[in-house]
Amino acid sequence: METLTLGKSLNLGLRRAMEDDSKVLIMGEDVGKLGGVFRITDGLQKDFGDERVIDTPLAEAGIVGTAIGLALRGYRPVVEIQFDGFVYPAYDQIVCQVAKFHYRSQGKVKLPMVIRIPFGGGIGAVEHHSESPEAYFSHTAGLKVVACSNPSDAYWMIQQAIASDDPIIFFEPKRRYWEKGEVDTAASLSSAYPLHSSRVLRSGADATLLAYGPMVRTCLDAATAAAEDGRNLEVIDLRSLSPLDMAPVFESVRKTGRAVVVHEAPGNIGLGAEVAARISEECFYSLEAPVLRVTGYDIPYPASRVEEEFLPDLDRVLEAVDRSFGF
Amino acid sequence: MTRVERAAPRRGGKRSGPPEPEFVQLLTPEGERVSHPDYSVDFTDDELRGLYRDLVTVRKLDAEATALQRQGELGIWASLLGQEAAQVGSGRALRKQDMAFPTYREHGVLYCRNIDPIMPLGLFRGVDQGGWDPVAHRFNMYTIVIGAQTLHATGYAMGIVKDGKVGDDDETSEAVIAYFGDGATSQGDVNEAFIFGSVYNAPIVFFCQNNQYAISEPLERQTRIPLYQRASGFGFPGIRVDGNDVLATYAVTRAALDNARHGQGPTLIEAYTYRMGAHTTSDDPTRYRVASEVEAWQAKDPVVRMRKLLEKQGIADEAFFAAVDEQAKVEAVALRERVLSMPDPDPVTMFDHVYPNGSPLIDKQRAEFESYHASFEGSH
Repeated sequence: METLTLGKSLNLGLRRAMEDDSKVLIMGEDVGKLGGVFRITDGLQKDFGDERVIDTPLAEAGIVGTAIGLALRGYRPVVEIQFDGFVYPAYDQIVCQVAKFHYRSQGKVKLPMVIRIPFGGGIGAVEHHSESPEAYFSHTAGLKVVACSNPSDAYWMIQQAIASDDPIIFFEPKRRYWEKGEVDTAASLSSAYPLHSSRVLRSGADATLLAYGPMVRTCLDAATAAAEDGRNLEVIDLRSLSPLDMAPVFESVRKTGRAVVVHEAPGNIGLGAEVAARISEECFYSLEAPVLRVTGYDIPYPASRVEEEFLPDLDRVLEAVDRSFGF
Repeated sequence: MTRVERAAPRRGGKRSGPPEPEFVQLLTPEGERVSHPDYSVDFTDDELRGLYRDLVTVRKLDAEATALQRQGELGIWASLLGQEAAQVGSGRALRKQDMAFPTYREHGVLYCRNIDPIMPLGLFRGVDQGGWDPVAHRFNMYTIVIGAQTLHATGYAMGIVKDGKVGDDDETSEAVIAYFGDGATSQGDVNEAFIFGSVYNAPIVFFCQNNQYAISEPLERQTRIPLYQRASGFGFPGIRVDGNDVLATYAVTRAALDNARHGQGPTLIEAYTYRMGAHTTSDDPTRYRVASEVEAWQAKDPVVRMRKLLEKQGIADEAFFAAVDEQAKVEAVALRERVLSMPDPDPVTMFDHVYPNGSPLIDKQRAEFESYHASFEGSH
């Protein structure tokens, strides 16, 4: 076991993936010499060379579009989008091309690509640096979408995503990059928790909190606080946003009868809506209250001096739990 | 094919003035062979007859596809009429190991890659999405989104460099050709492809068929300078060729591809041509262009000038021309019969191949779909 930050875990996971498969490439803006603006690719170009860790022109559609060509050629590109709000120039290439090549070719072409996107707010950034665009990609057939929440998952999930033949959008909770956790780097990839699986991180009988990425920590803290008031909250890290792994969620909600979904992204037509709908379809007679959502408001991401009021926090989560118990 | 004298492509020569654009031409509309200081190519009589046969055949197959659409057998068709020389010339210039990234109109290139012409018809009939194996055929799937494939081509070419497949050996070194039209030059993707191709010195030829129109919009809505001149801003050579001249298109493309495979980086080729037909069968070009313009281009027909050359050189007789026409007709009839016998796909197959590793969500929906349809069985 090693104690690592989430960012360092990603770095080591990328390193291990590059060691395991010489076809793995890293592409993006400033990923080489600088090691990325968050240093996630730190040291990789030095050790693997600039043919494998590629500083690209500043053009997101170009990065993703050429990554497709490299994948056609047999490479496994791992693309870094520098910030969530910069992915949109590549949106056409991701939605029209990355997502559809395998389908159009009736399975003859695989594009084993990973597109890494640091997402979410809470770092006091200027506009376009704090967004949560996961619903756009989760809505698109042909893409798989995952979000890691802790160092151990970061280390394993990035390797699993790279090893997968599916194109994967990999969301990283940028405000949690510096949080530390235990990582068993000596374990083998095949024994890692399955990539497209949600996971119960804390068990409890009274209500179920559902989150992914940066909000998992918030929900765990909320559960700790609720326990002091005698409420036992179950916390599930969804981990895979497309496809959603709902079986553990249904099992939990059948037990607790209450569910609160938490994400930073605006609530309107967000992941929480889909999760709530699925729960109500499958667990209707187990529910003691409607599934509630705690999300960012339906506004553009606000100026950073007020972002703490925009982002779901421990108090808003507990307030929603209270409301659930009020039904 | 035959020996091509290579030269670094350069910006257009100074031989001809308005109204004809400056371009490389080796065969005039009257069927006269002319020389060019930078590009020359020797063809055997057999090769000249072969190019003529290609031109006639792709035109005939294209006409058959248009007819099939008119008869309701295809949903839509994007005709190549008028662009046969640009496609045959560039298509035949590719070496076996080269990779092509087409738009949705490159039926002639596909034919020259010795790919079964039935392949794209599934896409236009709506029974599939044009799903051939791009790597096996060295010919990517048709790309509908304008310009998107130029980036795929560039990335593929970057991979050739990484694989160490750039070099002096023409038989093993690889190059890529990316097709697009005049309208696509306004797309960000195409400009980004130029940049990536340039800064990584990728072995790629950007082949623009300037057919003068993006659906209804004339060239002046895309550019204020000749398209081939854009290349200089990106740091690689641009050259304009008479796209209705199969010999010049062949020579210029072969030289650019070989330059690329030898490590000299990208070239932009502007094949100056004209879309004689509609954008697609859904289009009505009489709304945006005049008959006199079409007639002027009719006089520059790519097939006619090649026939004149064969006649002038006395290397083909009436029997040859009749045999070529007859053979093209046979191929067209065969194509028609195969289109008519294309079965509609089983609806449940729409759930197939969304992901290499599958998805529980799609598995569930497939099962629900099957069960829903099974619920009607036996009921009336």
